[in-house]
Amino acid sequence: MLYNEPSPLETRVLSRRFGMAHSESIETYLATEGYQAFLKASKMTPDEIISEMKASNLRGRGGAGFPAGMKWSFVPRTSPKPKYIVVNADEGEPGTCKDRVLMENDPHQLIEGVLIAGLAVDAHAGWIYIRGEYRYLIDIMDRAIAEAHERGWLGKNIQGTGFDFDLYTHTGAGSYECGEESALLESLEGKRGVPRIRPPFPAVAGAFQCPTVLNNVETFCAAPAILLNGGAAFAALGIPKAGGTKLTCLTGHINKPGVYELRLGFPVKQMIEEVGGGMRNGKKLKAFIPGGSSCPVLTAAECEGATMDYDSMAQRKSMLGSGGVVIMDEDTCMVKACLRLMKFYAHESCGWCIPCREGTAWLTKIMTRFHSGGGSPQDIGLLGDIAKNMLGRTFCPLGDAAALPMISIVEKFRGEFEDHLNGKPCPYEHSNRMVTA
Amino acid sequence: MADTVKLTIDGHEVHAPAGMLVIDAAKLAGIEIPAFCYYEGLTLQAACRMCLVEVEKMPKLMTACTLPVAEGLVVRTETPQVAAARKYMLEFLLTNHPLDCPVCDKGGECELQDMAFRYGAGESRYNETKVHTPEKQYSPVVFFDAPRCILCYRCVRICNEGMGVNALGVVERGAVSEIAPNHGDHLECDECGACIDICPVGALTSGIYRYQTRPWEMTHVGTICTHCSDGCKTTLGTRNDRILRGNNRDRSGINGEFLCIKGRYGFDFYDHPDRLQAPLMRVNGKLEEVSWAQALAAVAEKFKQTIGAGTFGIVGSNHTTNEENYYLQKFARSVLGTNNIDHHRTGDVVTLVDALSGKSGALATVADLCERKAFLVLGADLALEHPLLSYQIRANYRHHQAHVYVVTPKAVREDKYAAATMRGRDYESLRDKLKAQPELVILFDDSYQGGELRKLVDFGESLGIPVRYVCLVDYANSRGAIDMGLTPELLPGYQPSGQSGLHLDEMLAAELSVLWVVGANPLENAARKSGFLVVQDLFLTETALQADIVLPAACAYEKNGTVTSGTGEVQRLKRAIETMGAKPDLEIIGFIAREMGAAAALGPWTPDAVFEEIRKNVRGYDVAMPALSTGGAAQTMPVNGRVAVPGPAGLVRSDRNGLFASGTLGRYSKVLNSVLESRLSR
Repeated sequence: MLYNEPSPLETRVLSRRFGMAHSESIETYLATEGYQAFLKASKMTPDEIISEMKASNLRGRGGAGFPAGMKWSFVPRTSPKPKYIVVNADEGEPGTCKDRVLMENDPHQLIEGVLIAGLAVDAHAGWIYIRGEYRYLIDIMDRAIAEAHERGWLGKNIQGTGFDFDLYTHTGAGSYECGEESALLESLEGKRGVPRIRPPFPAVAGAFQCPTVLNNVETFCAAPAILLNGGAAFAALGIPKAGGTKLTCLTGHINKPGVYELRLGFPVKQMIEEVGGGMRNGKKLKAFIPGGSSCPVLTAAECEGATMDYDSMAQRKSMLGSGGVVIMDEDTCMVKACLRLMKFYAHESCGWCIPCREGTAWLTKIMTRFHSGGGSPQDIGLLGDIAKNMLGRTFCPLGDAAALPMISIVEKFRGEFEDHLNGKPCPYEHSNRMVTA
Repeated sequence: MADTVKLTIDGHEVHAPAGMLVIDAAKLAGIEIPAFCYYEGLTLQAACRMCLVEVEKMPKLMTACTLPVAEGLVVRTETPQVAAARKYMLEFLLTNHPLDCPVCDKGGECELQDMAFRYGAGESRYNETKVHTPEKQYSPVVFFDAPRCILCYRCVRICNEGMGVNALGVVERGAVSEIAPNHGDHLECDECGACIDICPVGALTSGIYRYQTRPWEMTHVGTICTHCSDGCKTTLGTRNDRILRGNNRDRSGINGEFLCIKGRYGFDFYDHPDRLQAPLMRVNGKLEEVSWAQALAAVAEKFKQTIGAGTFGIVGSNHTTNEENYYLQKFARSVLGTNNIDHHRTGDVVTLVDALSGKSGALATVADLCERKAFLVLGADLALEHPLLSYQIRANYRHHQAHVYVVTPKAVREDKYAAATMRGRDYESLRDKLKAQPELVILFDDSYQGGELRKLVDFGESLGIPVRYVCLVDYANSRGAIDMGLTPELLPGYQPSGQSGLHLDEMLAAELSVLWVVGANPLENAARKSGFLVVQDLFLTETALQADIVLPAACAYEKNGTVTSGTGEVQRLKRAIETMGAKPDLEIIGFIAREMGAAAALGPWTPDAVFEEIRKNVRGYDVAMPALSTGGAAQTMPVNGRVAVPGPAGLVRSDRNGLFASGTLGRYSKVLNSVLESRLSR
């Protein structure tokens, strides 16, 4: 099912089957060019597939934005070890909810994407690592995999191409950290979900120490469209350095929250005003998180002239991330929003390395005390300092993900912290309760 | 060398082998990069973030423990940025640390204290409540105080990788992550205590040592564990003539830092309440305390009466020193004029040495276990009976992928990584696989003796590859007892005695005039037949209970001397504590000789003097003294060229002590018994 009305401003490539009757069924999929990209790819050499992917300028949609074609090309195809495909469907970034609509509405698109990756790197098995909270999606994916097996789109000698591929779902156990690719692999192997030392990267030593392509759901879902219409056509949908469309999750204080497929480079203002139907209750924009809670927060002023793409966000010292947009209006208490974020990271820190484990917990404790009126002026500087001491020194990006929003909120909304000093009640106590700590 | 790379660390040019990590390369230049989680020989973690260094052309600080050296790499370890990273990493570490150093066992030798002292901040900025959880007991010897833990995962790795036990893991996540047993609330492990020693802080503490002393109040004495034949060096921490702790943190022995429960905690038999403190003499059928003078005079008198008029039998020990064994056999042969001398043999070293005469095979050393490419384990459950050898083969497998072949009657720990495993004794079916190896070390237990052993040596010869042998024996000086000639057929150094003499079983069965038992319990399940029985021992054993005179002996930790490990390393015992009433066996034997007026013929009975004589007279023992004198090990090689002396069958019997047993000594160890009891109740 769909959670929101589509917007006319969308460019529906990955989401083009959304809203069709039984869009999740293989019949609908086959009736709408389904698996044609795979058949086309099966007649291409791996190098041709990878060069199409490179031409598409598709950058990883999980948040880091690494060029997907490049990642696939790193897999040593001549290695005597088996190669694997792993789909990161451990969608846990606060504000992000795109992978679930992709799997829910068009599971076969994901399967086809995986098959194309399999052809590209000579892999014959893969897993979809789905976060445990997406219980219902595991059923949907399992059903789709069963359908594909029945119709000969998975298994031995797929459609007479001579290509074998088996795909399995694997359930996460409730850890945000397992969305980090190496922790995901540890978890997939049945171990504690903590990140691995890299190098070696998964392309060389991934699942069970074998070469592995590991991408986000949305990245794989883009592959069929790229193969079908050509990488150049997909690239042309976006801007020069980042091809295609991006599923953007609009959340927060706007009138029409939802998942919208927008061209990369879509103006932020237009996205809020037209796609999202404007700010709720006509309030003013206060803060904007462009790509999930791990990105530095932007102020309303910084949103001026901004576009939804990697470079525009980088210029503003933030990130496009996973496309989880959080919009906060003028009534939002930024201290409380920050507290909520820190609680999340402290809860989700895997505990492997010292700065993240102790830093997130410490920040949460200070923020809790601070928001309840127990803060001191030194705390404000200390918060930023602790976050800066974590930044760049943690084992995996989770520590940075906690530090970046903290640093940006303290820097950009210092006044709100000062408003909470000296036992004063939260000035936003009576405003809306979107952010609950 | 082609595989050496040149890099710069803090302005020093460093030449390091390719593949070496920057943290180790820095040591070559005398630069210490601090770390908690990095530990030589264990897998990399990069979790503590203490070893962050600046690397030219890298945007972020890098962990020196995961960064391999590379040509032209420029590393800086003391920049303000690095100093700040260390300072704040310690600040993070101390946020939830209880800072209870004044009552912590580790205080004074704590790595966190040292780091905080050297790199830490002067004051704390942490004003919040600390995470606290109560202390837990994981086993009779292992306690865990979670708040002190810094989660460096050394314990988890030493247990899993080093010991092959995998008893420890991590539960929960984030700031409440905790080290915990992998099986319920208790450890299912060897109770070796390696996790406690390797802990950089006071999180894992020892049930024996905790709250006993401050570390700086102890005297540390490096000596050799007196339990099994593996010959581990253990450094005893003593205070006021009490042993409080055993470990080998300086890695000075053949065992590195490895110790099993016996080496680390099993010293505690020394102050068991049943320990004999005064000589006992049978008066009116009852053993009564007498003075040393009375007891020695009585023994000397009886011995003098018996020489030429009656028969002697002498039973030596697997635990006493080489000097004591040498002196004892010399006393027996030259003063008492008897060749009735034997001991409890636990491995057929005699046949092995004989079978190897003139062959290409050799005796293996402990170093071979760490370095050779292939191993064949026959019969023994190494992990339980020879923990050090098992540990070293496991380490060899982990670091060099050694091929291990296992032919044992039951499942053993080596099965997990063995190249081939077989139940039973059919090692010959592995012939093709073994022939394909470049070299081989064969370890075998007492079930391979006599003809079976000769067959095994022939098999080894037929493989056409260099083969070395380890004859597994039970106790601290089992090997030394044979080397020192505590057998009727052999003199010290495997020289044939050329005389007949009664073997152990024959002596016990014969109606001898005098049976003299030094440090053994041969009459555990038998009644004495001899007319007069003299026993030297630590405890009133079944044999001592039947004696006419019992002389209280010092234990290995109370005397000087040397012992020889099962793999032939001779090592020095160093007295750690003084005794109250007991005396070292060497002194007792010397005093008896003096009472008999035979002292001049035997020479002085100080360990140094006797060892000098051993070096001169015993083949293989002419070892260089410097290593030995400084607490190291010296290899003995008493092999080749002797005349074959077939030993009678059935004399070799291993006690098959597991991890928690150690013959008589084990019966009097509170720790070993407490572990056994805790397992019974499960």
